Amino acid sequence: MYSEKVMDHFMNPRNVGEIEDASGVGTVGNAKCGDIMKVYLKIDEGIITDAKFKTFGCGAAVATSSMATELVIGKTIEEALKITNRSVAEALDGLPPVKMHCSLLAEESLHAALWDYAKKNNITIEGLEEPVADVHEHDHDHEEGSGCCNA
Amino acid sequence: MNKIYLDNAATTPVKKEVLDAMLPYFMESFGNPSSVYQIAQINKKAVDEAREQVAKTLGANANEIFFTSGGSEADNWALKGIAEAYKDKGNHIITSKIEHHAILHTCEYLEKKGYEVTYLDVDEKGMITPEAVEAAIKENTILISIMYANNEIGTINPISEIGKIAKAHHIIFHTDAVQAMGQVRIDVKEQNIDLLSLSAHKINGPKGVGALYIRRGLKIANLIHGGGQERGRRAGTENVPGIVGLGKAIELAYEDFDAKIEKLTVLRDKLIDGLLEKIPYTRLNGHRIQRLANNVNVGVEFVEGESLLLLLDMNGVAASSGSACTSGSLDPSHVLLALGIPHEKAHGSIRFTLGGMNTEEEIDFVLEKMPSIVERMRSMSPLYEDFLNKNK
Repeated sequence: MYSEKVMDHFMNPRNVGEIEDASGVGTVGNAKCGDIMKVYLKIDEGIITDAKFKTFGCGAAVATSSMATELVIGKTIEEALKITNRSVAEALDGLPPVKMHCSLLAEESLHAALWDYAKKNNITIEGLEEPVADVHEHDHDHEEGSGCCNA
Repeated sequence: MNKIYLDNAATTPVKKEVLDAMLPYFMESFGNPSSVYQIAQINKKAVDEAREQVAKTLGANANEIFFTSGGSEADNWALKGIAEAYKDKGNHIITSKIEHHAILHTCEYLEKKGYEVTYLDVDEKGMITPEAVEAAIKENTILISIMYANNEIGTINPISEIGKIAKAHHIIFHTDAVQAMGQVRIDVKEQNIDLLSLSAHKINGPKGVGALYIRRGLKIANLIHGGGQERGRRAGTENVPGIVGLGKAIELAYEDFDAKIEKLTVLRDKLIDGLLEKIPYTRLNGHRIQRLANNVNVGVEFVEGESLLLLLDMNGVAASSGSACTSGSLDPSHVLLALGIPHEKAHGSIRFTLGGMNTEEEIDFVLEKMPSIVERMRSMSPLYEDFLNKNK
C-alpha cells in the first residue's frame, strides 16, 4: 500500500522532537479526524536552519511530517512557501489517494509555523495567509482524496 | 521472522481436512449436480451432505439451508427478500447501529425504497438489550435483524431473548451469525431464529461460500432467477467444492468445541489482561464476559491505530484496527462510535482475533512487543505531550 520511501520515513522518521526556542510553531489537524501535526522551525536571518515535528496519525501522516521537515531545512522562507502537499507526496514517491489529505497537513503545518514566526516578529511574509485553526474545515476539494471525517 | 496471524475475524486459513474434502470436486467429480448421469449424481450427493452438515449444526432441517456466495449475500438476501415478500404486511425493520455493513448498507438501500428502519443504540459494551428491541416494535414492523456477535468488539448479543420477543410479536427474526459461528452453540429452533447468515471463510473454510438458513414456511423473494438450484430461490450451478468445504468446515468447527473455546478463552484473557496491565491509558472495547472467545479489542490513547498496525507488521504480527486510516473512509469504526467512544479515541483502537493455530508463545511475543510499539508512537504524539504537560 505504501511506497518504500513512505515506509522508510515512517520507520525512521527524521527530525522527531521539539525545538525549545523555536522561531515558529504550527499545529494543524484535529484528533477527531485522526491526525495532528505540530511543526517547530528555527529561523536565522531568513533561513530555516532546523525543523522538528511531533505527529499523531497514521503511517502517511508520520512520513509526510518527516519529509516536510527534511525538505524545509536549509530553505529560505520564500522557498519554504513553495513546498506544497504535492511536492511532499512526490518526494515520498507518492501516497495512496485516500492519504493525500495527510500531505496537505504537512503543507499547512509549515505555513502555520511560518505564520507564527511572522506574528512573533511582527513581519509580513508575502504570499502567506493566516492558517485556519482546523485544516479539515478548510475547503480543499481541489485536492484528490481530500476531506476527513464528516462528523 | 515468524509470522503471527491475529486477524481471524477478517478471514481464516483453510484447514487441511477441508481442502482435502474439496479437492475431488474440481477435477475428478466435476459434473453438474443437476445432470442425471452417475458422475454428476456424486456431486449432488456431496451438496446434499454439506446441507445436512450445516443443518445439523444449526438444529435446522436440510431443506431450510440455502447456499450463497458468502455472508454478505446471505445478509442482503435475508433483508431484501423478506422486505419484498412481506411488504403488504408492513415496511418497518429493526436493526442496530453496530451491524456489519452488509446489513447497514442494505438497510439504507431499503430506506431509499420506502422502508422505514430503526437503528437501535447499544450500551457502552456494545450490547443490544431485548427491552430496546421490544420497545422499537411497531404495528408495521416486519423484520428484526440483530447480529449474533459483533465482528469488531466481539460482544455477543442476547439472541435467545430477542428471539422470544420476536416470536411473541409474530415478527420475523434474522441474525447475522458470520462471526459467531464456531464460537457459540446455535439452535435456531430453540432460539426462535427465522433466518441466519453464515460464511465459510471465517471458520477455516474457503472464501466465496456461505449460507442462509430460512425457516420453513417463511416467504422470501427469490434472489437469483434461473434454474431450479437451491429450490429455485437462488439459481445458478452450485459451487460444489466450496459447498463441500463449508460443510466440512462447519463440522470441524464444532468438534471438540468446549476444549477449543477453553483454549481460546485462556489465550484471549491473557492477551487482554497483559495489554491492559503493561500499557498505561488503555481500555478494553466491548464486553468482558459476553464476548467471543477469540476477540481482543483494546483502545490505546494518544496514538493512531494504523501506525500501530504497521509497526506490528514489521514484527511479523498481523492485526486490525478500527481507525479511519484502515477503513478507507477516513471515518473511524461505526461500531466504536456507537459505544460512545469519541472519535479521537476510536482512531487508536487495535483488534487481535485469535484462531485455533495461535499459541501462548505468540501471545507472549505480542505482549513483549506492544508496550515499546505504543511507547514509540506516543513519544512522537503531540496529544501525549499535551497530556503529560497537563499532568505535570
